[in-house]
Amino acid sequence: MALRLAQSARSLFLTEFFAAFALSIRYMFKPKVTINYPNEKFPLSPRFRGEHALRRYPNGEERCIACKLCEAICPAQAITIEAGPRRNDGTRRTTRYDIDMTKCIYCGFCQEACPVDAIVEGPNFEFSTETREELFYDKDRLLGNGARWERELARNIAMDAPYR
Amino acid sequence: MSKINIDGKDIDVPAEYTLLQACEAAGAEVPRFCFHERLSIAGNCRMCLVEVKGGPPKPTASCAMAVRDLRPGPNGEPPVVLTNSPMARKARQGVMEFLLINHPLDCPICDQGGECDLQDQAMAYGADSSRFAENKRAVEDKYLGALVRTSMNRCIQCTRCVRFATEVAGVPELGAIGRGEDMEITSYLERALSSELQGNVVDLCPVGALTAKPIAFHARPWEYVKTETVDVMDGLGAAIRIDSRGREVVRILPRVNDAINEEWISDKTRHVADGLKTQRLDRPYVRVDGKLKAASWNEAFAAIAAKAKAAAPEKIGAIVGDLAAVEEMFALQGLIARLGSPNIDCRQDGSKLHPKFGRASYLFNSTVAGIDDADAILVIGSNPRLESPVLNARIRRRWLKGGVRIGVIGERADLTYDATYMGAGPETLAEVAEKPAQGMTKPMFVVGAGAFARPDGVGVLASLAKAAAAAGVVKDGWNGFNVLHTAASRVGGLDLGLVPGDGGLDAPAMAKSGALDVLFNLGADEIEVEPGAFVVYIGTHGDRGAHRADVILPGAAYTEKSGVYVNTEGRPQFAERAVFPPGDAREDWSILRALSEALGARLPFDSLTELRATLAAAHPHLAQFDQIAPADPAALTAAAALGGAVDRTPFRSPVEDFYLTNPIARASRVMAECSALARERTRQAAE
Repeated sequence: MALRLAQSARSLFLTEFFAAFALSIRYMFKPKVTINYPNEKFPLSPRFRGEHALRRYPNGEERCIACKLCEAICPAQAITIEAGPRRNDGTRRTTRYDIDMTKCIYCGFCQEACPVDAIVEGPNFEFSTETREELFYDKDRLLGNGARWERELARNIAMDAPYR
Repeated sequence: MSKINIDGKDIDVPAEYTLLQACEAAGAEVPRFCFHERLSIAGNCRMCLVEVKGGPPKPTASCAMAVRDLRPGPNGEPPVVLTNSPMARKARQGVMEFLLINHPLDCPICDQGGECDLQDQAMAYGADSSRFAENKRAVEDKYLGALVRTSMNRCIQCTRCVRFATEVAGVPELGAIGRGEDMEITSYLERALSSELQGNVVDLCPVGALTAKPIAFHARPWEYVKTETVDVMDGLGAAIRIDSRGREVVRILPRVNDAINEEWISDKTRHVADGLKTQRLDRPYVRVDGKLKAASWNEAFAAIAAKAKAAAPEKIGAIVGDLAAVEEMFALQGLIARLGSPNIDCRQDGSKLHPKFGRASYLFNSTVAGIDDADAILVIGSNPRLESPVLNARIRRRWLKGGVRIGVIGERADLTYDATYMGAGPETLAEVAEKPAQGMTKPMFVVGAGAFARPDGVGVLASLAKAAAAAGVVKDGWNGFNVLHTAASRVGGLDLGLVPGDGGLDAPAMAKSGALDVLFNLGADEIEVEPGAFVVYIGTHGDRGAHRADVILPGAAYTEKSGVYVNTEGRPQFAERAVFPPGDAREDWSILRALSEALGARLPFDSLTELRATLAAAHPHLAQFDQIAPADPAALTAAAALGGAVDRTPFRSPVEDFYLTNPIARASRVMAECSALARERTRQAAE
């Protein structure tokens, strides 16, 4: 009986309506949480795991030494590497380095496994394509990513270094 | 037997056992680098340190101390060995730290990474960090030839390679110079190793100092699919493991088989893999207007059927090559029999060995392990170092043990052991028969296949049998009459009876111009077929046979089919398939089955299982894998009565160039490089 009375009172005085209305009004005067993407972007953690890139040393030498640890650890088996001695100096290099970005689960194990910080996951997350084929990255594409993002990649690695 | 207590466990072991062997017998794991079961004991890596009570009061290298060296306790208790005591653990950790002072931390670019003893043992027995901040030692890399790549910074001076080269391979071309930190393993003159077994040092090296040059950096050990199978490069049938990656065979490693190859394989066996990728026949070809043109299977079969149906049965023949498995030989035998022809031969070298002389006349009767028991070995018409390097290493080991007399009749050659040169040709056999050496209990003849591949081959067999009888080579419980075949298919072919029937032609006669109208060539590339016959070549490589062919049917190489190979001892061994044949190529038995349909002589099996069942019914011993069906030595007594004239032509080994004996090896770039190096060595030696 008491329960029905309380319910009737709430219905009569529109308490829930006013509570919700007050909440809306309160949020109207708070700062906005949405941003105007793509013109505005949130700051990203230096550990953000986005699109992959293969880096080079400052002198232009490829970092990757074809140790295949990333390929071995990749839980989605998205990485394919062919290796062999490089033609001019016989050093150990990849002749093929493919990442199937449709398979990748962005776990970041590859960059953890890399002994020379060659394969990294950069801050770029805007690499959607119109076809699946464009997501099969080859070595040129990955090295190109590295060249494009090197400044951010180096900065992120430097920022994260004290915690490693 | 001697009592010993290992980690609290009392066991009985032979007194001559080393502590390391005793620990293994007790199930305790002892890490080691320099110790190897088949090499002498060096005791220089110190990784196998254990604590002993009843011996020196310090950690002891367990590989270098025998059980009998320990004394019992005051009340006669057995000596105690502790493999996991704090003292042993600390000692091993210290040794590991010392080993890693100079070992570069370049595992990511090291080919040994993933199968490295040092890596594994550093994980299991090492500390997490080193106290040494000094610079690491740098050592110049050495040149060791086309097969072994060196990275001497990684060397931990275990000297396994030195001991292997000196003891097993018999070429003392590796050694250590300098001492302490300056010690280096070197080939002294920076020249390629001259051994046919040098590839084994790569397996022996516990670190990445010696790695395989032809496959440098290609793949990691965890990427391989491993297939255990047998080798066909020579008649020995060594146990191998094929490591394939995707569709291609990357490397071939030995498997342990104490009865045959122990754990060594020859360089040809090991590095022939790149020949499986080049010069391959991957689709059928038909010769049109003098040129081979790609065709479909049906077109190829139609072209064969047109010729074969027009030919008289006695004008059809078949020659079997050196790499054929028993299955396809059996299928070919059935096909030729159904076509009504007596012309079939598995002896493309023109050998006079024949099943009618008895199985004992063409087998390695004493078995390969029997070499260890022999006290006199007469090598006749053979250069075992080239014909079967692994078998030669076994003879060398027998020689090293002492108490054996070795003689050679045939070509003079460096066999890596001392041998008395007795003569060049069959006439010396008559001398042996007249005046056999005395005082031997288990004498042995090792006769090369080349000794029978001459016009007077039957006479040679007869005089061999006579000499064997005179020298006591064949007696109760010991048959030392051994034929060393160079072709993997030969014993299987002879067991199946792939020899000409009544009035049939043998291989050299079939190859003559005008002898045949249609010749089926199952991978025989060492025989020159004269113009005239319509040649159907079933094989794998664009070699001599394919160049002469009018129709090419692409077959499967030994890594691409499962089949039975009978080794020179008469031991049937099962070879597994590791990868698939390239392109349109098919397994040879299925080609022959399809061909039989096209020729209207249908073979009565539709699957490999049915084929094997038929084969097992016809030749039961070929289904008993890894067992040698005993051969009746009475056959040799009968062979002695064969007679037949012998001429004085010296014996010649059929293997001129060890590295280029079969179509797969001839297609291999690595083998060509090795062959060039070997020729260069001979040229320099001649100057």
